[in-house]
Amino acid sequence: MSTQHIDVAAGCLPTHQLLNVSGERTPDEELDHHLTGLTEQDLADFLRDMVVLRRLDNEATALQRQGQLGLWAPLLGQEAAQIGSIRATEDTDFIFPSYREHGVAWARGVKAEDLLSVWRGATASGWDPHEVNIACQQIVIGSQALHAAGYGMGIKFDGGKEVAVAYFGDGATSQGDVNEALVFAASYQAPVLFFCQNNQWAISEPVGLQSRTQIADRASGFGVKTWRVDGNDVLAVYAATKAALAHARHGLGPTFIEAVTYRMGSHTTADDPTRYRKNEQVEEWRAKDPIDRLVNHLTVLGADVQSYQQRAQNAADKLAAELREAITTMPDPEPHELFDHVYAEEHEPSRRERDTYLQYLTNFQDGGL
Amino acid sequence: MSVSMMKALNQSLRDALTEDEKVILLGEDIGTLGGVFRITDGLKDEFGEHRVVDTPLAESGIVGSAIGLAYRGYRPVVEIQFDGFTYPAFDQLVSQLAKMHFRSRGRVKMPVTVRIPYGGGIGSPEHHSESPEAYFSHTAGLRVFAPSSVEDAYVMLRQAIACDDPVIFFEPKRRYHEKADIELSTPEQTGSPKAKVLHQGNDVTVVGYGPTVYTLNDAVLAAEDEGVSLEVIDLRCLDPLDLETVAESVKHTGKLVVVHEASRTSGIGAEICAQITETCFDYLEHAPLRVTGFDIPYPPSRLESHHLPDLDKVMHAVDTVMRRNETHAGGAK
Repeated sequence: MSTQHIDVAAGCLPTHQLLNVSGERTPDEELDHHLTGLTEQDLADFLRDMVVLRRLDNEATALQRQGQLGLWAPLLGQEAAQIGSIRATEDTDFIFPSYREHGVAWARGVKAEDLLSVWRGATASGWDPHEVNIACQQIVIGSQALHAAGYGMGIKFDGGKEVAVAYFGDGATSQGDVNEALVFAASYQAPVLFFCQNNQWAISEPVGLQSRTQIADRASGFGVKTWRVDGNDVLAVYAATKAALAHARHGLGPTFIEAVTYRMGSHTTADDPTRYRKNEQVEEWRAKDPIDRLVNHLTVLGADVQSYQQRAQNAADKLAAELREAITTMPDPEPHELFDHVYAEEHEPSRRERDTYLQYLTNFQDGGL
Repeated sequence: MSVSMMKALNQSLRDALTEDEKVILLGEDIGTLGGVFRITDGLKDEFGEHRVVDTPLAESGIVGSAIGLAYRGYRPVVEIQFDGFTYPAFDQLVSQLAKMHFRSRGRVKMPVTVRIPYGGGIGSPEHHSESPEAYFSHTAGLRVFAPSSVEDAYVMLRQAIACDDPVIFFEPKRRYHEKADIELSTPEQTGSPKAKVLHQGNDVTVVGYGPTVYTLNDAVLAAEDEGVSLEVIDLRCLDPLDLETVAESVKHTGKLVVVHEASRTSGIGAEICAQITETCFDYLEHAPLRVTGFDIPYPPSRLESHHLPDLDKVMHAVDTVMRRNETHAGGAK
């Protein structure tokens, strides 16, 4: 096994951490006040979210292995980065996710089976973007950052108070579109949060191949306020996101967060990470597990951790059972759906193509299915 | 009133901005300068910098941010400065703009108009004279408009902006200064433009769009001198293609010549010839012919007259389908 090793130059920015690995609160002058008002119940809710999300992720991986999904992109290890950030947003803030933001969509109320229906190949998107204020998931790396920039320009032009949030990974920071999005958002001082989950790997390529500096350091070159946070620390992620959103809502323009985390699983279920990374690195990050971290913190606080864990486990079991039932009984789409919504208005050649094909299918006793 | 195509396009944008506050213009140099072709002249002063937006110099950024604005409920009209600068935005056009309505299962509309001044004949350096329309007519989810006349420039731009689908709007920049006596308050039509028979004739159906239509009108007179009657059709819209109008014509002429500046292989002409052969096979008296640009990168301007379809090339093709120059049979470029 050969592992390409590229050292990332020491960054200028500190990495904000509000919970150490033992779960103790570490003071942070800049971010602490963004946790004001957060109760023990809120922390227990974060725990439930992360436990349920991990279960959703594991169940999806299992369903893929059993042939129920065509592919799955696991988020294992990134639960705090996703839950901490999305729980800091208002429901009216508009999210532009990549394809790994299952936790972001689920936390906004998207049903797990609707999420998975895309990975099953039953549909092109699992939710109504205008219903949950989350754009369709994006597979082309980094393209959605420009959509967030444009949405943010719209907020700025029509005087709204919402924020557009772009989610992407470390690999996407090499894309022209992400860089152009930073230029556009900065130029118009648009309320956009660029939320980068640096999970260390773009399939087989280590983050050092994408950037010779810390990713968060790059944003200041665009004139964009930036934070680097421990992405496995749900409180640090939550507080930094609150800070970034407040910055935008005060009319101060775009912000950037690098949440430093780790992709514990494969890139997708079609990937084999043992070909490019060492188990020691994975184990090193396992010790920084985001769920363990929050459990430790609740223990430090003297909370009844066991009952919170039990509650989370029950919710996870329920979701997994319902998800399995929904996916394994999900009907395939009808042939006419091939042609539905290609155009918003009547398009004669498209209509003719559909009619011709549906007529052709009637030649088969089973309707061509 | 005599107006130029530039003025007609300018007025079309002004009327759209006036009628719908969600219409927003984006592009390089379109604000203070009024665009390098002055199509947006005066609009920033009239509607403000939040309606007529000078953008950073990044085409993917322009189209990508227009998609975000459409998500927000805007109706963006973007200008790509020159045809050859469209390609940096290719992913946003083909993988995002074209597919968003389908991807979202009809929940997210993309009423975005992308204006592209295109075509050659103006003595420009590389990347300023291209005809990239076939890329977009090949892409499901996009509509492709290509007006040829001053009147159509006004009306079809209004149609494009009103359309809930993304429209790639090709402006024949070589014809920007053409003038016509028209009333710009032309009633707005809805839907995609249909092909139009510009001149009725009996012998050969000649089909074109955009900058070549003027050449086809010249060909009518040249052919008349030789006793040949041409039926000239301006396609106007390249997606959806209105080939019923073309087929109706071919059914009585039996002969078809398609003309465009873009390269031949896999071009719009290939599609028209294929479909007409499928639908009118029994009516055809000669194989359909194409008069197009060569399959080369757009040449240096001192050579462009060789590359572009002109009256002689069109007439050569007409003679060929009329079997008047059998020694040259096999087509003409």
